[in-house]
Amino acid sequence: MSDAQAQDEHAPEAGHEADYLRADGGLRGWLLTIDHKRIGIMFYGLVLLFLLLGGLFAMILRAELITPEPTLIQADTYNRMFTLHGVIMVWLFMIPSIPNVFGNFLLPLMLGAKDLAFPRLNLASLYVFALGALVTLGGAVAGGADTGWTFYAPYSTTTPTAVVPIVTGIFILGVSSIMTGLNFIVTTHTMRAEGMTWTRVPLFVWAIYATSVIILFATPVLGMSITLVGIDHIYHFGIFDPALGGDPVLFQHIFWFYSHPAVYIMILPAMGVISEVVSTFCQKPPASYMAIFISSLGIAFVGFFTWGHHMFVAGMSTFDAGVFGALSMFVAIFSAIKVFTWVATMYRGSIRFSTPMLYFLFFLFLFVFGGMTGVAVATQSLDVHWHDTYFVVAHFHFIMVGATLTGFLAAAHYWFPKMFGRMYSERMGLLTSAAVFAGFFLTFFPQFLLGNAGMPRRYYAYPERFQWLNALSSGGSFLLGGALLLTLVNLLVALRWGRKATPNPWDSRGFEWETATMPIKHNFAVPPRIQRGPYDYHLTEEEAHARVSPG
Amino acid sequence: MNEFLRRLLFLPPQRSTIAAEIDHLHYLVITITMIGATLVAAIGGYFLIRYRRRKDPDGRPNATSGTRSALKAEAAVLVVLGALFLWLWWIGYRQYMRLAIPPEESLDVYVTGKKWMWKFAYPHGAASVSEMYVPAGRPVRLIMTSRDVIHSFFVPDFRIKQDVVPGRYTTAWFEAVQPGTYEILCTEYCGTEHSYMRGHVVALGPEDYARWLKSDDALQPREPRAALDERIERGGPPLPVQMQLGETTMARRGERAAAEHGCLRCHTLDGSRHIGPTFGGLYGQKVPLEGGGEALVDEAFITASIMDPAAVIHRGFAPVMPSYLGRLEPAEVAGIVELIRSLRLVRPAPGALEEGIRSFETLEEQAR
Repeated sequence: MSDAQAQDEHAPEAGHEADYLRADGGLRGWLLTIDHKRIGIMFYGLVLLFLLLGGLFAMILRAELITPEPTLIQADTYNRMFTLHGVIMVWLFMIPSIPNVFGNFLLPLMLGAKDLAFPRLNLASLYVFALGALVTLGGAVAGGADTGWTFYAPYSTTTPTAVVPIVTGIFILGVSSIMTGLNFIVTTHTMRAEGMTWTRVPLFVWAIYATSVIILFATPVLGMSITLVGIDHIYHFGIFDPALGGDPVLFQHIFWFYSHPAVYIMILPAMGVISEVVSTFCQKPPASYMAIFISSLGIAFVGFFTWGHHMFVAGMSTFDAGVFGALSMFVAIFSAIKVFTWVATMYRGSIRFSTPMLYFLFFLFLFVFGGMTGVAVATQSLDVHWHDTYFVVAHFHFIMVGATLTGFLAAAHYWFPKMFGRMYSERMGLLTSAAVFAGFFLTFFPQFLLGNAGMPRRYYAYPERFQWLNALSSGGSFLLGGALLLTLVNLLVALRWGRKATPNPWDSRGFEWETATMPIKHNFAVPPRIQRGPYDYHLTEEEAHARVSPG
Repeated sequence: MNEFLRRLLFLPPQRSTIAAEIDHLHYLVITITMIGATLVAAIGGYFLIRYRRRKDPDGRPNATSGTRSALKAEAAVLVVLGALFLWLWWIGYRQYMRLAIPPEESLDVYVTGKKWMWKFAYPHGAASVSEMYVPAGRPVRLIMTSRDVIHSFFVPDFRIKQDVVPGRYTTAWFEAVQPGTYEILCTEYCGTEHSYMRGHVVALGPEDYARWLKSDDALQPREPRAALDERIERGGPPLPVQMQLGETTMARRGERAAAEHGCLRCHTLDGSRHIGPTFGGLYGQKVPLEGGGEALVDEAFITASIMDPAAVIHRGFAPVMPSYLGRLEPAEVAGIVELIRSLRLVRPAPGALEEGIRSFETLEEQAR
């Protein structure tokens, strides 16, 4: 089938109406847009900027850690930098990355809606996000905080550094998260196209939906805990400061009540991306739709009852610790369901080896490996040795960063034609993804061994016996940084010089590919009627298309 | 095998009685999880090659999503996995309980963390900074608190770690299997010099330990090592006073602190009845509480009662005691605890632990 024919058959609208990028030109058309796709693109730019910034800080930290004694930067600078690295990566990159970019762009397309339920709220969330980022980074410029991204009291309430602007910024970012989450939930409930029953909702939407539910329940608690830190810091109320009658362990409880579910806020969207990618590139429905979506909701639920495993050595009662340890194991069960289902999807598929598929494999590896070390750290007596060492650093980077980042990059490649109408260089894509993986593995694998050997985290100077593993890890981080830059270059080059994409370059049955590539401003010329599921690979492309047609 | 796996995993030497046992669980968990991860990766890799896309065989590659039998197999695997994970948790939890509960006959050391050093005080009156002296082959219980922010006491060779929290007392214990010097690292981020908040456990053989117990300079805080000198303030001033007063034990120091801070205006040392419960014979008692229940008077109960007296009231006594949070030095609290412990053989007067004298007025009336 030639390109022209495909254009004709699949997107008769394309000739009549300009795509969303060209619809309303001018800066005003962008800044005041209420088009979910443009808002998604603007989020895309912002989160990439923050990824680069957070990555830059990480590489400075790693450069310092090549040698055991301080060389490049002062202790206080180091402490500010790891705090900023954490704050930026968690709140400015990982939490907003997939939901705000790809969720925004794709959720209405997948549901057959012309926009999100509250388009203006969506635009507002972008500006609130930008404001939050500005305040946070403003705090960084005004001296920065040296508390670590966890803001443990009473250190955070007594340090003279700029804790208040940074927690204020994070509070504002939380408001933006809630706005977006609410929008997604309402959209999923009310904006589904005619014929889209709950079991026809694509798995990516389910993942974003589960994420939004967690955001709605957990983020207010984060807002509360950091507000209390701010109040304590300014007015010395002594909520968490024992010198004034407060309780520092209370802070840890409320902080982790948010921050443990936040791990799932980061990873569930990536799991959603992976479910779509594996199905498309295996040309096969997921082995079990129900298993994936039930386990998404299961993780979202159980995730609220495991926060105590961050505090096994904080002095909590052994009974509580036992309950939290046992409950933590259930997250592993739900995750295992997902892993098995993805692998089973490959069984008897027709697997196309491509960049997003390669990212799926890396995701699988990092997630399984990282998840298994999660079982290990939930085993309490072992956690006593590993707690607050590099083992934990490596564990959460594998699972939370590795999985989120590979999911994000899989999405960036998989939906690149949809978003920008062009194809990236497949060869460069494969090469850069392999380099990202190699860099990532080399950075974080030695950190597991460092943790075993007993190197505590947040050390800018360390006993000499840890040196060669640290140097290895630093080398890996530079490789990772370079590979990520190269990935970005590959995509930017494609933006301008890439081959024009066909409407459905991956032969996907996903509903988002039933719109024009690139989509028009209102997504659909006529509201679609859905008469099939999102993974109906038993239908030919024509049959599948006919069942999403207007009318 | 143990040594091979330990080195393969970069684990530190096993120098406490519990380290080897924990490491064995470590090997078990790592083996099981890595076999699992490798299996998943191998199956994924095999599928990738076996089911790679061929040149469009018939246009309709996959009619069904999978098979019911595959789902059944998956469910079975999940049940097995769930059982396996819970089994690992159970072993880990039992070891965790062992780590949490010190043996009865432990020797106590009071540990104070502060930015950025470790201080140690011993029941016989000695004190030291950065280096903790203990006998090898005997369980040692650490009673720990912090003067400023949260620190964490970590000895990799012993596989123990415990957060050290201001305003609270936490405990940990270990038994060094052989004499030697073992590194202490602070693992809870505590500010600028967090990376240098290190120290050593010096486990001494029987003769060395006996000599250390007797030596006079053990009563002085040890001079910090040269490399750390700028980071560490010198040991606190009470020691010359202590020496002058002839205080050789922590209980003596506790007695002085109790007198200075007014504790003895309400609590007696000889077991007689007064406004507060007498200290004589109090330690180790089960006391009834206001509002039901009872509590064992141990280190935790005593320190909690000093810091937040209103939280739990000994039935029969008026809730009149103010909080001493932030008003006592950790070493003074440790001293008072030692004082009360040293008085455990005193026999309290009949009724002295049942009911307190309700107010100073009744006291005066009685005097009249």
